Amino acid sequence: MTSNDPGSGLSDLAREAVANVVAPEPPPAAATGPGDGRAHEKVERHDVEPVNSAASRSLYEKRRAIHPKLVHGVFRNIKWVVMAVTLGIYYVLPWIRWDRGPNAPDQAVLLDMPGRRFYFFFIEIWPQEIYYITGLLVLASLVLFLATSLFGRVWCGYTCPQTVWTDLFIMVERMVEGDRNDRLRMAKRPWTLGKFGKKLTKHSIWVLIALATGGAWVFYFADAPTLAVQLVTLDAPVVAYLFIGVFASTTYLLGGLAREQVCTYMCPWPRIQGALVDDQSFLVSYRTDRGEPRGAHRKGDTWEGRGDCIDCKQCVVACPMGIDIRDGDQLECIQCALCIDACNDIMDKIDRPRGLITYDNFDNMERREKGLAPRTRLLRPRTILYAALIVLVGAIMLAALVTRSPLDVNVLRDRNPLFVMLSDGSIRNGYDVKILNKLSEERLFNVTVTGLEGARLSTLTQTGLETLPVAVAPDRLRNLRVFVSVSAEQTGLVEDGVADIDFVITDMMDGREVRNATTFRVPDQR
Amino acid sequence: MTDNADNKPGHAEPDAHVDAYTGVQTTGHEWDGIRELDNPLPRWWLWTFYACILWAVGYWVLYPAWPLASSYTTGLLGYSQRELVTEQVAASREALREYDVQILAGALSDVPGNPAVHSVALAGGESAFGDNCAPCHGRGGQGFKGYPNLNDDAWLWGGTLEDIQTTLRHGIRWDIDPDTRMNDMPKFLDDGILSREEVADTTQYVMSISGRDADPEAATRGAEIFAAQCSVCHMDDGRGNKELGAPNLTDAIWLYGGDQQTIYASIAHSRRGVMPAWQGRLDEATIAKLALYVHSLGGGEPSAPVAEVFGDVLPEESLPATEGGVQE
Repeated sequence: MTSNDPGSGLSDLAREAVANVVAPEPPPAAATGPGDGRAHEKVERHDVEPVNSAASRSLYEKRRAIHPKLVHGVFRNIKWVVMAVTLGIYYVLPWIRWDRGPNAPDQAVLLDMPGRRFYFFFIEIWPQEIYYITGLLVLASLVLFLATSLFGRVWCGYTCPQTVWTDLFIMVERMVEGDRNDRLRMAKRPWTLGKFGKKLTKHSIWVLIALATGGAWVFYFADAPTLAVQLVTLDAPVVAYLFIGVFASTTYLLGGLAREQVCTYMCPWPRIQGALVDDQSFLVSYRTDRGEPRGAHRKGDTWEGRGDCIDCKQCVVACPMGIDIRDGDQLECIQCALCIDACNDIMDKIDRPRGLITYDNFDNMERREKGLAPRTRLLRPRTILYAALIVLVGAIMLAALVTRSPLDVNVLRDRNPLFVMLSDGSIRNGYDVKILNKLSEERLFNVTVTGLEGARLSTLTQTGLETLPVAVAPDRLRNLRVFVSVSAEQTGLVEDGVADIDFVITDMMDGREVRNATTFRVPDQR
Repeated sequence: MTDNADNKPGHAEPDAHVDAYTGVQTTGHEWDGIRELDNPLPRWWLWTFYACILWAVGYWVLYPAWPLASSYTTGLLGYSQRELVTEQVAASREALREYDVQILAGALSDVPGNPAVHSVALAGGESAFGDNCAPCHGRGGQGFKGYPNLNDDAWLWGGTLEDIQTTLRHGIRWDIDPDTRMNDMPKFLDDGILSREEVADTTQYVMSISGRDADPEAATRGAEIFAAQCSVCHMDDGRGNKELGAPNLTDAIWLYGGDQQTIYASIAHSRRGVMPAWQGRLDEATIAKLALYVHSLGGGEPSAPVAEVFGDVLPEESLPATEGGVQE
């Protein structure tokens, strides 16, 4: 390597960048000295470093254990409520009953794989209607886009299953092993029977939660009460136990052991969100203009000439991702706002206004620097577009749902031979007519053909019919072999050897009509 | 993994082979000023790699692996893909045999009444048709000149399930089978039975009874010759006789063609279509399936008398009294 190598210039730049980040921060020891007796007595101080600090972190370092401290406040309460509601929905949904008549399952939400039907309350989806699922996924992602452009990763912070279950697992950990300080102390202690007992209790409860999670999952795929009995009596299909095993082990692994690593390393969403967030999006932010310069503050000292941040690091210890929000918006942040609760609590104690850490946007930060008033702009081209797309896709899906026919007809024309001449000179074409009855009761249909004068229908057992009555069993597809024939004289009316005809299938009970266009062929006219 | 203690800024003078920022040695490779760090492989990667090696060794021992001069190492598990396939084929044959037993249990006409067995029979018949019959009768049974169309309602030797089954078993003019369907039409001109003029007159008569334009005078002369020579087999009205395989000459279907020249050639030189007997080549169950399939193509005749089934539905005139005859 030579001195004028571009590589060395690059590393100089990197070194400089790191130095800039590190320099303004005073050494942690100075702020948390044990002899600091005159600091605010009510404020607990923490010696903690964010896990993602570029200055101190090696690429090859083992995971640093994160022990989030319990906080109280608005956002923590929202998270408890969201957790209760989402988990409640997940565990209760398969047990809701829905009367669909005698031939259909009475489970409100059922993904019936062997029967090839999805049931969602009043909606019943057949395999050929799987686009409803596609539509739902499109709709879900659009809602996610809209929410992200408005409030950043609110999905990640509150409703993502990974967040909900991790929160639940941390709650269990806190109940068994105590809050952050207890856990830290226990981690340093050697193994004793008491420590082993606590760990065993914690992991046992985790495994039970994981099993309940996997167990609830399989209820979506079979009649829940029946399957529950089968599971207990060991009569359930092997695949049910297999899936419980798979989902229980992934829940335990991802929610209990991997936790924030899933969000940081496995999830693609942090990489995508950058394209959805703009300078108007409200993100969990540290207000530098209010907080800096930060530092320890003794009671009675003046607040003049310094920021409101007393560098107590409550925001860092509250963070389930183990980061420092004061470093700015960063990839690891799941926008759960627990740091806001933690900081507001401290602000109350030191008698400073709340909102040092708050939902804020880049635009307002710049405006404050310029001395302008902050503003809220929820209606922007981006959010209007997402909202419009949501309305559009929703309207299309609704229209498709409302105009959905309980009857599907498909007509396949014989190609070999194209036509058959019968002994009396008449011409006959063969068709496979598939009639799909999506209702849970038997329907009687009339099959007729229009567009060809004198056409007669026949099957292998009936001949010379004008209308062919067909019964289709509930929830079934019936495949009919239908022949259409016209007399020798009538074939002369068919021009160019092809006539466009329609198969008309009429529901004899409600008069609903489905037409399916096809052709009738005769030998080329000489 | 390796904890690089020296990755802090302000590291000592960059060595020629040590990256200044990370403090990691480089491999010495350089592309446009970009150097490759000589970092160790991640531990999870190494363990996966070692596990793969162990797996491979276990595989060599347990499964067939090494080729020898004339054979191969069979492995401790005795696993063989070929044997597995053979077993599976045998098992599926065995499963189908149950259907074969049901197909052959009663009368052939009972099978359509049992949809489960019938659909298996039709599928088996279709596949056997493709293997054995399609070369002459076409993939869809549509036939060719001289090879009957099996979709239509004209049958030389009868179109009931039993008739089709007999034809399949014994063939047509298949000399080796003593029970084969046999008849021979004389070569009226070649054998010196009729003169050229008489053959021409008979041709005109045959065209007249099938509704084609004909010379009335010649047709009248031909009628006498027809009554003397042809009506024995084709019956007085020319509607043929399925007992003898004599075609109906009055319908719209002609096996070799219904124009004057072709009919003349047929009378003068005769026609002698041959179909092999399939008994002995195909098992009884396959022949039964083929009969069921051909019958289902759309022109099969009911085993019961025609009038019983169709009488109420079809107007009288559209029903030929007898069927059979030459097909086009």
